[in-house]
Amino acid sequence: MDEMTSTMAQTAAAPDPDDEAERAGIEIRDLYKIFGPDAKRHIAAVKAGMSKDDLNRKHRHVLGLQNINLTMPGGKITVIMGLSGSGKSTLIRHINGLIEPTVGEVLYDGADVCRMSPAELRRFRRLKTAMVFQRFALLPHRTVLENVRYGLDIQGIAHAKSEPMAKHWIERVGLKGFARHYPAQLSGGMQQRVGLARALANDADILLMDEAFSALDPLIRMDMQAILLELQEELHKTIVFITHDLDEALRLGDKIAILRDGALEQVGTGQDIVLGPANDYVASFVRDVNRGRVIRAATIARARKPGEVLPEMTVQGYLVLEKVARRMTNAGATSAHVVGRSGKTLGVIDLPELLGAIVTPVTADSDS
Amino acid sequence: MATTCWGLPEVICTFPAIDTTTMREMRRTIDTGFRGLVREWSDVIDATTAPLQSFLNMLERSFVGAPWVVVLAVLLVVVWAASRNWKTVLGAALAMLAIGWVGLWADTMVTLAMVTVCTIFAVALGLPVGIVTARSDRVQSVVNPVLDVMQTLPSFVYLIPVVVIFGIGKVPGMIAVVIYAVPPMIRLTNLGIRLVDPEVTEAADAFGSSRTQKLVNVQLPLALPTIMTGVNQTIMMSLAMVVVASMVGVGGLGRNVLQAINNQFFTIGFLNGFALVAIAIIFDRTSQAFGKRLQKHREAGHG
Repeated sequence: MDEMTSTMAQTAAAPDPDDEAERAGIEIRDLYKIFGPDAKRHIAAVKAGMSKDDLNRKHRHVLGLQNINLTMPGGKITVIMGLSGSGKSTLIRHINGLIEPTVGEVLYDGADVCRMSPAELRRFRRLKTAMVFQRFALLPHRTVLENVRYGLDIQGIAHAKSEPMAKHWIERVGLKGFARHYPAQLSGGMQQRVGLARALANDADILLMDEAFSALDPLIRMDMQAILLELQEELHKTIVFITHDLDEALRLGDKIAILRDGALEQVGTGQDIVLGPANDYVASFVRDVNRGRVIRAATIARARKPGEVLPEMTVQGYLVLEKVARRMTNAGATSAHVVGRSGKTLGVIDLPELLGAIVTPVTADSDS
Repeated sequence: MATTCWGLPEVICTFPAIDTTTMREMRRTIDTGFRGLVREWSDVIDATTAPLQSFLNMLERSFVGAPWVVVLAVLLVVVWAASRNWKTVLGAALAMLAIGWVGLWADTMVTLAMVTVCTIFAVALGLPVGIVTARSDRVQSVVNPVLDVMQTLPSFVYLIPVVVIFGIGKVPGMIAVVIYAVPPMIRLTNLGIRLVDPEVTEAADAFGSSRTQKLVNVQLPLALPTIMTGVNQTIMMSLAMVVVASMVGVGGLGRNVLQAINNQFFTIGFLNGFALVAIAIIFDRTSQAFGKRLQKHREAGHG
């Protein structure tokens, strides 16, 4: 325990800037989950194509997840999106072993989480994962400080060491001065900040967020999303974020997986999904999306015409159209020069096309 | 008889009971067998209960023997420490003074000593059993019917074997009281732990808590209000049982009530009865206030 304690303290005191490259991703392979007393027996039938309804009607077993193959890249935010009952909460609980799959593998850093012994699993949860819950799941009898310290207490870290770490994260989530309050004395948004600080204090590579912001009202939810993105900018954790809200998914997700009835419908970047929905179900989801916040300048930049002089104004290719439009109107420009991260010219963007891309579905030929 | 039997055969009409000879034989065999067994083991039983007996005697002596001012002061300090409420302390002081004034101080001390020991035993026994029951549905399915029997079986019935085994005195009295008082402790501990918000226990799991860590950090603290209700109920039931326990040789207020019943001493009966009620109220208010004080953090209001 002592050895573990000292390594924990070191990483917390001086975050390694090269961490980003080393973060391992999570890989889910051929995962099926059937709920019921005799789940294993029905796996073959489900693999052969038995539907969720049939399984329920004929065998009284509930199909939770089927044929899940998903890679969650290290250091990125992967959003799993689906409506209630789609199996998203079940899926996230496989990653830290709160639920065991009927068959399948959850690989992290070369180890299969599903095959870990109880002791290994405890160690994995203590050191590698942290979780944020929809209804906060704070300990009502403990102060904010004691709640944030919780994961560290479990690891057996002395209070002398854990208290400064906890205080650091309380400040980072904007709760300075509330360390001695009890959760019941805080608003919902503040309580979830405590939940976030508790997860971050663990200094785990993986952050699991189960509908973490769904219980908050819209303005506070936007705040929390901003806080998360800001923290992620510097922490580069492997975040798995569950939501039923497409706007949230698009705002946060480096990668989005859409889940329906326990099966993955589509996996890709937000832009992939909005511009090329894989089927009618996904299409119906993305129909009302604010495209200006999803589509990036690089996507709609047209090639420079022969002999055309590059516009004076420069915009980065990763910017979303809404931001580009705002900058262009502020600058009074009608066209702008789109550049990549390295400064390479990607093309030119004109205001009329830009507006067209925001308001109407982008056609296949302008999508390159 | 056959005439009143709607023409049905005898076996359907009159219940086919075991005949009296068989019954008598059975009774005799079991009773003598049981007595023989007890007689055979009497040395062991005496040896095991001796320390308990002397502990009970010692506690009773210290309660009765100490000057009343000291006992009253200690009691009031305990009430204050638990409730932090001057009204409760004042009420307790008045009640105890009234009890002393009507000449029941010594008897009340005997009862107080008994109830204190019984409550400690019942809590010490009920809490772990309740925890185990909460952890396993199988254990619960065994424990629950046992508790049903303990609570519904008339106490006089289980006093018979208790008296056969332990004789007359404080120990059998204590056993009878604990049997009666422990079920609410077990039930409410079990219930309290099972009612803990599953999301919070899941959070404890997700952070890698061991079973013990989860129990100590999450389940017990969150179940505490319910557990405190259990403690409160246990105290009340111990007090309710002291009259019955007096039938097997426990002294104090209970014995006075018993004598009053036998001799139709109206005044003595009521005085002792009210003394019991007074103690019960003191215990109840104190333990409830203590339970509430532990829940201070639940007071809402954004800071």
